[in-house]
Amino acid sequence: MNATAPAAHGDRTGGRSPLDVEEIRRDFPILHQQVNGRPLSYLDNAASSQRPKCVIDAISNYYETSHANVHRGVHLLSQRATDLFEGSRETVKRFINAASTREIIFVRGTTEAINLVAQSFARPRLQPGDEILISHLEHHANIVPWQIVCEQTGARLKVIPMTAHGELDFDGFLERLSGRTRLLALTHVSNALGTIVPVKRFIDEARTRSIPVLLDGAQAVPHMKVDVRDLECDFYCFSGHKMCGPTGVGALYGREALLEKMPPWQGGGDMILSVSFEKTLYNSLPHKFEAGTPNISGAIGLGAAIDYMETVGLDRIATAEELLLDYATQRLRDIPGLRLIGTARDKAAVVSFVVDGIHPHDLGTILDCEGVAIRTGHHCAMPVMDYFKVPATARASFAFYNTREEIDRLVAALQHAKEILG
Amino acid sequence: MDLQDLYRDVIVDHNRNPRNFRAMPDADLHAEGFNPLCGDKLELFVKLRGDTIEDVSFQGSGCAISVASASLLTERVKGHSIAEATALFSKMHALLTDDEAVADPADLGKLAALSGVREFPSRVKCASLCWHTLDAALHQQPDAVSTE
Repeated sequence: MNATAPAAHGDRTGGRSPLDVEEIRRDFPILHQQVNGRPLSYLDNAASSQRPKCVIDAISNYYETSHANVHRGVHLLSQRATDLFEGSRETVKRFINAASTREIIFVRGTTEAINLVAQSFARPRLQPGDEILISHLEHHANIVPWQIVCEQTGARLKVIPMTAHGELDFDGFLERLSGRTRLLALTHVSNALGTIVPVKRFIDEARTRSIPVLLDGAQAVPHMKVDVRDLECDFYCFSGHKMCGPTGVGALYGREALLEKMPPWQGGGDMILSVSFEKTLYNSLPHKFEAGTPNISGAIGLGAAIDYMETVGLDRIATAEELLLDYATQRLRDIPGLRLIGTARDKAAVVSFVVDGIHPHDLGTILDCEGVAIRTGHHCAMPVMDYFKVPATARASFAFYNTREEIDRLVAALQHAKEILG
Repeated sequence: MDLQDLYRDVIVDHNRNPRNFRAMPDADLHAEGFNPLCGDKLELFVKLRGDTIEDVSFQGSGCAISVASASLLTERVKGHSIAEATALFSKMHALLTDDEAVADPADLGKLAALSGVREFPSRVKCASLCWHTLDAALHQQPDAVSTE
């Protein structure tokens, strides 16, 4: 583990980051390059974060020394691969404080996790006229799977409204709960705006009515400590690649009692105990939901990413990012004609904004020429864009390895854009 | 990559003051184009007299490249025949995507200003959206055009 030992400061003391960011940055090879002749300022972490060397090494080492298929061979490599793969499951379990590894299903990512729950949990239970409750803040991945299952079953989708700050309207939530609500599917942190949803309050209300709750945690796990047992949610979904892990791997947490009752989602190898043409016996949890050879190297990389983030310290990561958010918000507010979209009281390190007279797409290109990588577009959250009556926004999203200098470069590049197109 | 090559004066001017930027209630032909990547949305209207494009206008929202490209398109094809506009579509396609293509100012006029776009692959669709939309309007494809 080559994670950097944290600096002495344990909390927000006088606005100083608790991390030695220069040392942290040495862990990330990709950050040390020029883009279009300028030093790279990677501010697109909500789309995908970068990987530290230890994660890249964990994957390489696995392929160089230990690869074979898992849960199959009696030979040594298969045993090693299985141990590493299942070891990562143990790491994920500990990371989100699940009760058992039987509750951790490896999936391709958050999107697949939500689709699994929609098809395996929701679909068999839904009757015409039943309701699924989501919110206006959702990413398309937490909208479309529910629309599909509604079409399949005759259930209806209801939407919790949001406010002009990009927060969820709790009274609106209460009004939309009904005797027909069969599931609440909510984002933990909004990808488009950065809003941290006070999910506990929503979950408590749902639980008193025995409504199961799924949380989309794709944007939450990279930035804060998540404890599924403290949250008391029924399903929690997240991706590896937004938290320094590989692409193509993520995890679904599901309460064991619910997973037990759910039918398999996909059929194939590994998810069975025995197969004949007359009858197939399904494997036990979590393997029942992992048909086919899994993303072994991805799961191992995810485990390494979790180890890395825990070594840096999730609390310190949260504090460092909060300081970056404060600084960026203050610098951007000073730019005439710039409007921040999403001004929730409690936010992850995401600033979404528009600039008068300049389309976000043009901002993205001009910033790129200055080495500053941001996301522009609808962020797979078109209903959020519709709410604010903008076709798209520019979004800078920070990770704990970002610096104030990078935010200064963002601001300078925005000034340049205004000179060119303003 | 040189930003000056992308945002030439002609482009900046047509973005700030797009020409023929209006709806046309009595249009003979009409098509919509979408660029899902950046949320660009374009509506194109054509009025015909025989085989000639008597009037053409557009509406919508998009980046500087897509707005300027549509504005330049309307200026250029007005008064020309459907066949000439179709031929121009092919030339623009080559200009935007083919590194070997040489913009002939005498032939393309102000449209040659868009040649800088091909250095920015992520922006080619912004410039070509209006041309695909025009093509759909002239040949009356039933569904909305998408750059995807």
